[in-house]
Amino acid sequence: MSEPRSGATSGPLSTATSEPPSGAVVTDPATVAPASPRPRGRRRLVVVAVLGAAAALAVPFVADAFWLQLALFAMAAAVAALGLTLLLGQAGQLSLGHTFFLAIGAYGYTYLAAEDGPLGSGLGLPPALAAVLAVALAGLAGLLFSPIAGRLRGIYLGIASLGLVFFGLHILDNAPSLTGGDNGRSVPVFTLAGVRFAADPDQPQYVANVLFGREQKLWYLFLIVTVVAYLYFRNLVRGRPGRALRAVRDRESMAEIIGVPVTRYKAYAFLISSMYAGVGGVLYALAFRRVVPEAFGVALAVEYLAMVVIGGLGVAGGAVAGAAFVSWLPPVLERYSVHLPGLATEPGAAGINPSVAAKFIYGGAVIALLLFEPGGLAGVARRLRRRTTAQQ
Amino acid sequence: MTLFLQLLISGLSLGAVYALLALGFVIVFKASGVVNFAHPAFMMIGTYVIARVGIGTSLPFVLALLAGVAAAAIVAVAVQRLLVFPMAGRSVIAVSIMTIGVDVITQTEIVRRIGLDAYLPMHDPWGDKLLRVGDLTVPQTRIAALVVGIVVIAAFFAWFKFSTWGIAMRAVAEDPSTAALMGVRRVTVSALAWTLAGALAAIAGLFMTVFPSPGLQPATAAVALRAFPAAIIGGLDSTGGAIVGGLVVGLAETLAQGYAGDLTFLGDGFHAVLPYVVMVGVLLVRPSGLFGTRELHRV
Repeated sequence: MSEPRSGATSGPLSTATSEPPSGAVVTDPATVAPASPRPRGRRRLVVVAVLGAAAALAVPFVADAFWLQLALFAMAAAVAALGLTLLLGQAGQLSLGHTFFLAIGAYGYTYLAAEDGPLGSGLGLPPALAAVLAVALAGLAGLLFSPIAGRLRGIYLGIASLGLVFFGLHILDNAPSLTGGDNGRSVPVFTLAGVRFAADPDQPQYVANVLFGREQKLWYLFLIVTVVAYLYFRNLVRGRPGRALRAVRDRESMAEIIGVPVTRYKAYAFLISSMYAGVGGVLYALAFRRVVPEAFGVALAVEYLAMVVIGGLGVAGGAVAGAAFVSWLPPVLERYSVHLPGLATEPGAAGINPSVAAKFIYGGAVIALLLFEPGGLAGVARRLRRRTTAQQ
Repeated sequence: MTLFLQLLISGLSLGAVYALLALGFVIVFKASGVVNFAHPAFMMIGTYVIARVGIGTSLPFVLALLAGVAAAAIVAVAVQRLLVFPMAGRSVIAVSIMTIGVDVITQTEIVRRIGLDAYLPMHDPWGDKLLRVGDLTVPQTRIAALVVGIVVIAAFFAWFKFSTWGIAMRAVAEDPSTAALMGVRRVTVSALAWTLAGALAAIAGLFMTVFPSPGLQPATAAVALRAFPAAIIGGLDSTGGAIVGGLVVGLAETLAQGYAGDLTFLGDGFHAVLPYVVMVGVLLVRPSGLFGTRELHRV
């Protein structure tokens, strides 16, 4: 049971890369000073990375479908959360409209890849191309919104972006041929280089005596996408764009004076963040196999906000951990409701419904972390690490 | 013409309700610099208590209303004392996100108590009775909302302008450190603002859930969210702007709903999105709302 956890929350690299070789970014996004790599740390990093990669590759052979499916949810959420933590933590722009871009990714992929039929219209493009175009669409939507985003500060932007969510829901409600109506629409199977990412009951495929169905194949696909998204985020944050974004976040007029094109970087942050949300949306659609309009409401936007705050703002590993935490709470509580006091074991039974309990927990976690550890889970991890190094 | 007049009256009445919500939102922002996303939650708590007290007892409705107002005010001030106060000096965004956490917990609990698809009737004295004047037929609840809204708003502004506490509140909003040096207790002023905001939210909640709405529903909170665009349209730090913003949103929404037949090209349910569209339009021209103070940055 611990395998998918290690694989999905942090991927093979996070424990390694959040160590300090150049980890000044991680310790405090505001003060970036390039630290000289220590040879011992580097060697340890390689060892941990290799072990992590091996563990991640082995996961589908040991974990059952329930945990693999959860890992898929978590990775889809993690990619989108990376986009939000970039926007909020690094660029300092509050967005409550993240689900709008997620919806564009999910519905864009479904529309572009699906065959035209009675259940909904579609273009029938190859799935891989459809996924790329859907992400591009999300990015385009982000660019179109960025003139508004560039003019507004902090909280004004937060509420304006809340409007995006309602705008998106309105479009989805009025486009039944796109969404398949209230009952939603099934998502076309992803195929890449001849591999169908679905269960084939007619020709079951076995690898080392393990049935390789939909979850097992998707695990590798999602893992690659998540790792790439994660590494890209870290590179961006450590490089020139990251420094510029933080300068804009911390003191806009100063950034302008030292020559950072403020408006362009704000638009840039929105573009990248919405593309991350687009990738997350495609993964979300693939993981759930069905897209329903009402899933993309304000509640989901708040969930994403909770993920990045719980994980620790602006920190890549934090976004991934927060995404896993928030997306796993309801299914895990449901699965273990029999063992947990006060939870309803089935709908209608006495006790608190697991999905309600999940909301209490993550709402409470957001409040408690902001009060006591604004760095989120990343802050807690940093503190633990500092304590262990102090003891050595 | 009759339709237009009827829509005008219901639009103004809905606008008054939004104005009450937006006003509470704005005074909290002015007094403590916090954008309070838990505002719809305060409204839900107040309305829930009104409905429950009204059902469970044979008390007069006014007492149920007072109980709801008191409950919302107490919760609001508790949030301020226990959660917002310790966060003093932190970024506005951090505190705002924390109020989202408060909102999630409260809404979840209220929705759980109501049950997902059900609603709680308000047991108000007006019911679904109609008022007829000439060709016009207007529900009594809408008239009551308009009258109560005007009275409460007028009372608030009189208090805000003339009473000692009102002056203290304006002083803190104007210049917090000078106000503190002059002996104004900022903590008390802030607590007072939250109390008022809770009370105003409960009153607004009552009129949001009476006829033609069947009662308090889980979806009521989504309607209350439209008070945010109302406050933003007027300018987050302008009390007068909150009233204007509320009326604009209420009128726009009601007119769009009333003339939906002529606006089919915009899609079903466009009236629910219109407040946000108006808000984005206003923000494009005036990034701090119609009457908000422009943020000046000294370089």
